[in-house]
Amino acid sequence: MTSDIAAILAIDGIATGAVYALVAIGTVLIFTVTRVIFIPFGDIAAFTALTLAALDAKRFPGTGTLVLVLACLATLVEIISLLRTNEPRLVPRALLLYLALPCAIVGAAWIVTRMDPPLAVRLVLALMLITPIAPLLDRIVFRPIADGTVLLLLTVSVALHFALVGLGLLFFGPEGVRTEPLTSLSTEIAGILISGQTMLIVIAALVFSGLLYLFFDFTLVGKSLRATAVNRTGSRLMGIRPARAGTIAYLLGSLMAGVSGILIAPVNTVFYDSGFLIGLKAFVGAIVGGLTSYPGAAIGAVGVGILESFASFESSALKDVIVFSLLIPILIWRSLSSLHSEEEIEE
Amino acid sequence: MTRLHVQLAAMVAMLCLAAAPFLLPPFTITLMNYIGVYSLVAIGLALLTGVGGIVSFGQAAFVGIAAYATAWVSALNGQSPWVGLLLALTLTCSIATLLGLATLRLQGHFLSLSTVAWGLAIGFLFGNVEGLGRFNGIASIPPISFGSYALVSSAQVYFLIWGIVAAVLWIGYNLLDSRLGRAMRALRGGNTLVESLGISAFRIKLLIFVIAAFLAALSGWLYAHMSRFISPGPFDAGMGIEYLMMSMVGGAGSLLGGVVGAAIVTLLKNSVQDYLPLIAKGASGQLEIVAFSALFILFLQWARQGIVPFVGRYLPKLRRDRPQPAPALPRRAQPAPGELLLKVDGAERRFGGLVAVNNVSFDVRSGEILAVIGPNGAGKSTMFNCLTGALRVNKGDIVFAGRSITREAQSRIAKAGIARTFQHVKLRPRMSLLENVMLGTYARTRTGLLASALRLNRREEASAQFEALRQLERVGLGDKPFDIAGNLPLGNQRILEIARALAADPALLVLDEPAAGLRRQEKLRLAELLRSLRNDHLTILIVEHDMEFVMSLVDRIVVLDFGSKLCEGDPAAIRNDERVQEAYLGGVA
Amino acid sequence: MSPMFAMTDVTVCYDHVEAVRNVSLSVEEGQIVTVIGPNGAGKTTLLMAAIGLLASRGRISFQGSEIGRMSVENRVERRLCLVPEKRELFSDMTVADNLLLGSYSLRDRSGVRQALDEVYDRFPRLRERQRQTAGTLSGGERQMLALGRALMAKPKLLMLDEPSLGLAPLIVREIFRTIASLRDLGVSILLVEQNARAALETADYGYVLETGEIVQSGPAKDLIHDPRLITAYLGGH
Repeated sequence: MTSDIAAILAIDGIATGAVYALVAIGTVLIFTVTRVIFIPFGDIAAFTALTLAALDAKRFPGTGTLVLVLACLATLVEIISLLRTNEPRLVPRALLLYLALPCAIVGAAWIVTRMDPPLAVRLVLALMLITPIAPLLDRIVFRPIADGTVLLLLTVSVALHFALVGLGLLFFGPEGVRTEPLTSLSTEIAGILISGQTMLIVIAALVFSGLLYLFFDFTLVGKSLRATAVNRTGSRLMGIRPARAGTIAYLLGSLMAGVSGILIAPVNTVFYDSGFLIGLKAFVGAIVGGLTSYPGAAIGAVGVGILESFASFESSALKDVIVFSLLIPILIWRSLSSLHSEEEIEE
Repeated sequence: MTRLHVQLAAMVAMLCLAAAPFLLPPFTITLMNYIGVYSLVAIGLALLTGVGGIVSFGQAAFVGIAAYATAWVSALNGQSPWVGLLLALTLTCSIATLLGLATLRLQGHFLSLSTVAWGLAIGFLFGNVEGLGRFNGIASIPPISFGSYALVSSAQVYFLIWGIVAAVLWIGYNLLDSRLGRAMRALRGGNTLVESLGISAFRIKLLIFVIAAFLAALSGWLYAHMSRFISPGPFDAGMGIEYLMMSMVGGAGSLLGGVVGAAIVTLLKNSVQDYLPLIAKGASGQLEIVAFSALFILFLQWARQGIVPFVGRYLPKLRRDRPQPAPALPRRAQPAPGELLLKVDGAERRFGGLVAVNNVSFDVRSGEILAVIGPNGAGKSTMFNCLTGALRVNKGDIVFAGRSITREAQSRIAKAGIARTFQHVKLRPRMSLLENVMLGTYARTRTGLLASALRLNRREEASAQFEALRQLERVGLGDKPFDIAGNLPLGNQRILEIARALAADPALLVLDEPAAGLRRQEKLRLAELLRSLRNDHLTILIVEHDMEFVMSLVDRIVVLDFGSKLCEGDPAAIRNDERVQEAYLGGVA
Repeated sequence: MSPMFAMTDVTVCYDHVEAVRNVSLSVEEGQIVTVIGPNGAGKTTLLMAAIGLLASRGRISFQGSEIGRMSVENRVERRLCLVPEKRELFSDMTVADNLLLGSYSLRDRSGVRQALDEVYDRFPRLRERQRQTAGTLSGGERQMLALGRALMAKPKLLMLDEPSLGLAPLIVREIFRTIASLRDLGVSILLVEQNARAALETADYGYVLETGEIVQSGPAKDLIHDPRLITAYLGGH
């Protein structure tokens, strides 16, 4: 391997890693706030790419139907739970939040799609359509078992991923998509050609991580999310609702995953089931940060990207084997370095 | 219901199974074969996940290793499937041992995540290794044959599969009813509990992990020779989840649940394949996995216990006979009264900048009751944890019966003769009183895996049972040994913990806040019990907050405050000590 | 007039055990009421039920409405606050952020700045350490922060669980002085303490909780001279 090839591989790896980093940050966000290891963020990323591709092809994406179906289910679940706890006065609010709002988003997207919008609008549309999915899934799937063990939540999360892959095939079909590059510029640094898309990926990753940081540090809502992550009981005693914090976390996480999906779509062909690998690799990165540290997750994700890039140069068939085998030593290292009290397993 | 009834029911079930191939159409038999093959994996998971509390997403990888191993031996190298079986089992168990050694010390969800990791890595390997047929798989795998009699048709291989399932169930239940099985069932109570009984939690976890892998390997071998063709698909991560689902649906802690779960999931999947096309034409493949995952999620939300435990609640209770007198278990040599038994010398323990225990020294002499008291936050619990090995001291030395235990593992300290109880009672709430106390006899018994599996441990079991009953009677809980421990009131739960500790035949009994949360009446009973134990020359160390409780009971008291030893002396001297009153009663006035 | 806060026949099950049985108690507007009792008597459980972290049977009323079925957050929004035994601070966040989050439940954000200044005036140590993370504080400072954080929510009834726990005598004195001064601000207080003497000297009324049941109650100045209590909890004399 010459140094030129190594440099190209490294740049490639950093770009891929930046995409994983966005998903990894979302994973950490969800885990700290809700204790759910949300494997399906990869699917959210893939669905965003597929949504954008459909919009590019002037078709209304299946995401719309998916959101409507989930909104109906979530509304049903919410109303049943409200009636059970004897709080019928909250039903109108539930209808507004879980039914009217998602429907309005889908409706707006449907109208705008008809008007043949420019790329920037299509990007916003894709993100708008994708962000309600995770919060709705949270309401349907995770909220009823929010007090369960991390393991139970993980098991459900894995099952949910499989459900989403099936839904992906149903709503998007088996064809892979590759969207048009967001920029055709390219630049040369130290004799190595770097495409504008690569630059864009890295910049976008930095910008969105920065925005998240500002949100956490300078807004009360951001702080309430951190508080929930640090100490659940303590934050409840301040009147911070874990469920609401969870919804906000899912919205933000989906946004990050959506952006990563948009960024990766012009580089790699994305299929309905591509999300699994994106999600898992982001997740490997997140574990480097112990599932609690954002910079740790970002660094870990970039590391995974670089590793994958070099591994695929050596043996493209075994690159995934290498990446996932690496997870075991990382887990051992994390487990040794994290002091946590013993948790009795639920009976 | 007696044991005889259970045996009769098992016999009837066996007869029905044996008659099935003669009564049912071949398609149904094929389906049942698959159920049997999946059952083996699910039974392994019932042990691993349900009993041991280790959630594994990766069992499909073990099935795959075995299936590929036997396919490689028989289809690609022309050897007998029996050679394949040998390779499949040794290879799978070796890999499982290596993975277990590397990962089983991981805690909680980290451990489960590691199963995702190796499950995926191994899964990807099958489709990418040259010489294993890549994604096309390996075809024309020969059938299993006994001499010249080949098991070709589904009815022929049926008997082998279900024979193995029946044998595995028998062995599995034997195992669970042995000392090793009780240790496995204790795993869910947490490492501290298991280690406090003189059991190495890691070794038990490794054992259970390898057993589960062994069963998965058996399943893989049968699968390869039954379907005669393998490809990476049936061993991928999705199938790993499906196995987990089978064992959870059946009832995670129940071996029979593994079979029931495998049957339900397989039949359900089959009918989903049949009916979904009627509901949604052309989308059946996708909807299948969606419907399936949705059902699983609903199941996890609403019925985490599983089917077999649910049904079991409506069956009559199994009637058991009181343990009969049996030869006594071996006892340890007790130290002579008055001899120095435990010496704590300059113990110090820090947490970050906080010094929780600061240069504390005291002795315990054989035959006395010593109390370590102090206000909340004085470092009592930390001191206690250092004594029992749950924490290590940063400085100082702890010597027990002439031997330094400063750096020993918890289970070794327990084996050396220090038995403990817990401030927050750690019993196995679903096990009977008798079984809970039998846990204490673990270090005094020695039956191994094979003897346990084949039920050759009856004599030792009878001794252990009788010993446990004796200890229950000693503490006054002997009248209903088969009641469930979780149903006892708190006071009796604490006393049950003492019985469990006594069953280990300890030289030193260490009690962590035994009076916390007890009613006055219960405290009096507890004090009486401890006095009677002292009369039997047992040495007792009590770490306690409640001063009234210890005053009338103990011989000597060590007072801690802010991590340091404030003073030491007999109860009367301590009661009149000014510093103690200041520390304890908070002299605001 | 009915009391501002009352628990009537409250029973709480915890770990399959009835940790609190048929407890009734009340707090009048502007009063300090204390619940004393030994370790494990169910004092903490009682407060957890009062704030809604544990489910309970029986009735809990606060300012005329029944709150026994409400969520924790709803109770906090009605300005019922708990400073728990474990403090439950946000250890990775700064002192200032901890205090700010104390005011999370307030709809009207205009007074937050002023409330923050008041807390800093009350505990000057917190002002000095406002940029430090809560995890780096000493035991006494943590208790001050926990108290200050609760005050940021402008509580009508403040429940304190063992505020003196693990603190040096000098700081205990300071904490109790602060508690007494809060009454003058019109905050009612339900104080759970093991340090019976200090609690009874500060409070107006006292209850004695043993093994989950109220065994005695009366004006604090009477309880402090009760011979049975003196032998059981007060010691000496």
